[in-house]
Amino acid sequence: MARTATAPGAPTTKLGKAALEVDDRMIVAPWLRRTMNKVYPDHWSFLLGEIALYSFLILLLSGTYLTFFFDASMREVVYEGSYAPLRGVEMSAAYDSALNLSFDVRGGLFMRQLHHWAALLFVASIVVHLLRIFFTGAFRRPRETNWLLGVVMLVLALLMGVTGYTLPDDLLSGTGLRIISAILLSIPVIGTWAHFAVFNGDFVGEQIIGRFYIAHVLIIPAILLALIALHLLILVKQKHTQFPGAGRTEHNVVGNRLFPTFAAKATGLIFVVFGVCAALGGLVQINPIWLWGPYNPAQVSAASQPDWYIGFLDGSTRIFPPWDIELPGDYNIPALFWPTVVVAGLMFTVLALYPMIERRMTGDTASHHLLQRPRDVPVRTALGAMGLTFYVWLMVAGGNDVIADKFDISLNAMTWVGRIGVIILPPIAYALTYRICLGLQQHDREVLEHGIETGVIRRLPSGEFIEVHQPLGPVDEHGHGQLAYGGAPVPKRMNHVGGARRAVRGFFSPVEEPTQVEIEQRAEGRGLATGESSRELTTSGRPSEGGRPSEGGRPQEPRD
Amino acid sequence: MSARDTRPGSTGGADVPGPLYGGPDDDYTPEQLAAMSPLELDRLGARYDGVEILHVDPGPEPGSVMEQRAIRQVGLIWGLAGLFAFLFVLVYVGSGWFLPDWQWSITEGGWSALFTPLLGLFMGLSLTLVGVGLVLFTKKLLPHETAVQDKHDGSHFDRVTAGATLVGSYHNSGLGRRKLITRSLALMGGGVGLMLIMPLGGLIKSPNKGNPLGTTAWGEGVRLVRNDGTPIRPGDQEPGSLETVFPAVPGGNRQADAATMLIRLRPAQVENLQTREGQGDFAYGEYVAYSKICTHAGCPVSLYEQETSRILCPCHQSQFDVTQGAKPVFGPAARALPQLPLDVDDEGFFVARSDYIEAVGPTYWNRERI
Repeated sequence: MARTATAPGAPTTKLGKAALEVDDRMIVAPWLRRTMNKVYPDHWSFLLGEIALYSFLILLLSGTYLTFFFDASMREVVYEGSYAPLRGVEMSAAYDSALNLSFDVRGGLFMRQLHHWAALLFVASIVVHLLRIFFTGAFRRPRETNWLLGVVMLVLALLMGVTGYTLPDDLLSGTGLRIISAILLSIPVIGTWAHFAVFNGDFVGEQIIGRFYIAHVLIIPAILLALIALHLLILVKQKHTQFPGAGRTEHNVVGNRLFPTFAAKATGLIFVVFGVCAALGGLVQINPIWLWGPYNPAQVSAASQPDWYIGFLDGSTRIFPPWDIELPGDYNIPALFWPTVVVAGLMFTVLALYPMIERRMTGDTASHHLLQRPRDVPVRTALGAMGLTFYVWLMVAGGNDVIADKFDISLNAMTWVGRIGVIILPPIAYALTYRICLGLQQHDREVLEHGIETGVIRRLPSGEFIEVHQPLGPVDEHGHGQLAYGGAPVPKRMNHVGGARRAVRGFFSPVEEPTQVEIEQRAEGRGLATGESSRELTTSGRPSEGGRPSEGGRPQEPRD
Repeated sequence: MSARDTRPGSTGGADVPGPLYGGPDDDYTPEQLAAMSPLELDRLGARYDGVEILHVDPGPEPGSVMEQRAIRQVGLIWGLAGLFAFLFVLVYVGSGWFLPDWQWSITEGGWSALFTPLLGLFMGLSLTLVGVGLVLFTKKLLPHETAVQDKHDGSHFDRVTAGATLVGSYHNSGLGRRKLITRSLALMGGGVGLMLIMPLGGLIKSPNKGNPLGTTAWGEGVRLVRNDGTPIRPGDQEPGSLETVFPAVPGGNRQADAATMLIRLRPAQVENLQTREGQGDFAYGEYVAYSKICTHAGCPVSLYEQETSRILCPCHQSQFDVTQGAKPVFGPAARALPQLPLDVDDEGFFVARSDYIEAVGPTYWNRERI
């Protein structure tokens, strides 16, 4: 046949022969080479989504471990475990097994806390990833589908969180469950039916922990896994966006190839995320369920707060006015419906539809692969700041009792602060952000036109004092720069354009020869002194006093 | 290779491999490829994938001080990562063997309080150092290359050919003409889809059967008992105090909607007492009883401030005034807490005169109609 062992280039090593055997059967070489050669942009903000992916991985692993010990049943049992203060107390089997997991399984508490921390990190990284995508315009055509998938996954992540922290059936989670029940009941027309379908009857029944459990460990994770796969598939298919810069166009990706650089960095990141979660899980206590006690509908602890990502709904519920709407026929829409179902529904709908909304408003239907700097799109950035302010303010309102307590403020006053703030703060955030964006834009244009401020003041022969500016490129006869703004960061300090030489390497002691560095830097044209010979000096600056622009007020001898 | 294949099962036609999957083997003979260096082959493959290597910053020179330092750093970090991993194993396995027991003990502190933090510390340090070492290795010891990959728009050829296949098949199926097929297909799809989701109907339960939302375990003559089951006489409580009571039925203290607050008002509060319409006789002397389940989101309203006669719900800070029929005076709750009509039985213990006359707990769509 075509391939024989004697053919030129045939592998001679064992490993090479094994690889050939595999490729003869699977024909993986073309796919493997394409994958390894795929170019990934080299920017830290592209790692945010990866953190979400890796924390999901941790959640799958630690969660699977927890299921070995957890019993999702609401059967009444008497606690007999090793945590003495609760011995003899009646509780549900779910709470009992969660306590056993914490006290009688070797390393079980560590795994439980690891799982909880990873869950917080999972949602947090999704949110930060979403903000990066939003503020840089990465959701624009052709990536609307992935934006939509992302928003759906965010909602699923929140549902994962809610069903997850309900499972231990302690006093805190039971209080949360009671509020979930009330929210379900508050839905007009179908509320009671929805509640009876979910809880299999009136609150609390005997089914809900089991149902939340299967949703938490099977249904939602399965959907999430499928969506993550789709999200990544589309990402690979569409290739990455990138920030504008030298050599970067709408038709290429500049960065590192997957193998080895990007793969090594990503693997490093996996381990760091795992490590941080493990450290948090062991060192920082989270949700000490044994302190809350078993759920009892007649008991509650003060400062009952959900996990951070649900805090905004708690806050909106706290500050919403008592507006029950009475309808003819003795029907009514409870006040609770608006700050929970409607607020959350509206927020996520607007978020999901934002790419379409922006396309409609701007009329921009073109494909974009180059990202925008937030300052260059002031309206979007200001809208984002407005939404973020709204969200964060609701979250603050969700802790208004703690704030009132710690700062000795009236609770009612805090509620009013929340109510007024949620109306006036977002528009203020919009206006401020808009102005800041315009200011930053103008400063970019100014530096392009007039050059970088060097901090060097020069006295002209006429007696006038001027500040010397370093143009970034060729100038016209008035000394104005001719570079156009390209959507990339504009250097603002002399060091950004090689005004200083690089530091001599070595932390405690230099590991390079300083003179060698000096020569190398001169050859590369770095450092102000290198421009000395070509610069035309028009002043009578006295070198001995450091008055020459070439010295820039910086010591010239390598010292670090 | 013979042009005619005569093996059993073959059709007797020519059996030669088609064009190979992947690379342009016609352009590059094995001899040509064998003559190229690995670097050239790498670049060639990359170019074939639309990737151009623009610029390579070589790693540190072999044998240089820089390289030695970087190797020492990475080696040290990975060594430490291994060490911490072993320490984790040591703590995990050794606790209760050659180390003190890890299990919780009533005396705070000691090894059991250190066990979980040590596990976290060692695993955290170990895994983080693995990652840090890997990043340092990449940054300090590998060459840094800048690569550019082309991004292609969709191909017109692909679209047209794929579209033609689809359209051709649709045309052949005749679905445009054969209306009966289309209609039965729609009916079948709708029917099968509906059939498959039908079992979800098992989840549906009527909330209106037997009025479970509007009734509690309270009823005529049901005693008010404490959490431990002891009944209550008038005079057991100090004026101004609040006690959580439950119906004297089995499991009454675990029911989700029966918890009730029995409050003995101070004389000053009794003077100002305003009751809701038609509920003037629900109180017994200076005693009033209100549902403990908040009318907003169902949390137990627990915090009673007797100077201001207010009850606060800790979940969303609704406040109710006990001297005004537990009317909401601040916060998101819109309805008063339902009042339990009180009486005293022959033996002098508090009993309920009836169940609550309205639904307790959170408001819902048809609450007023039940």
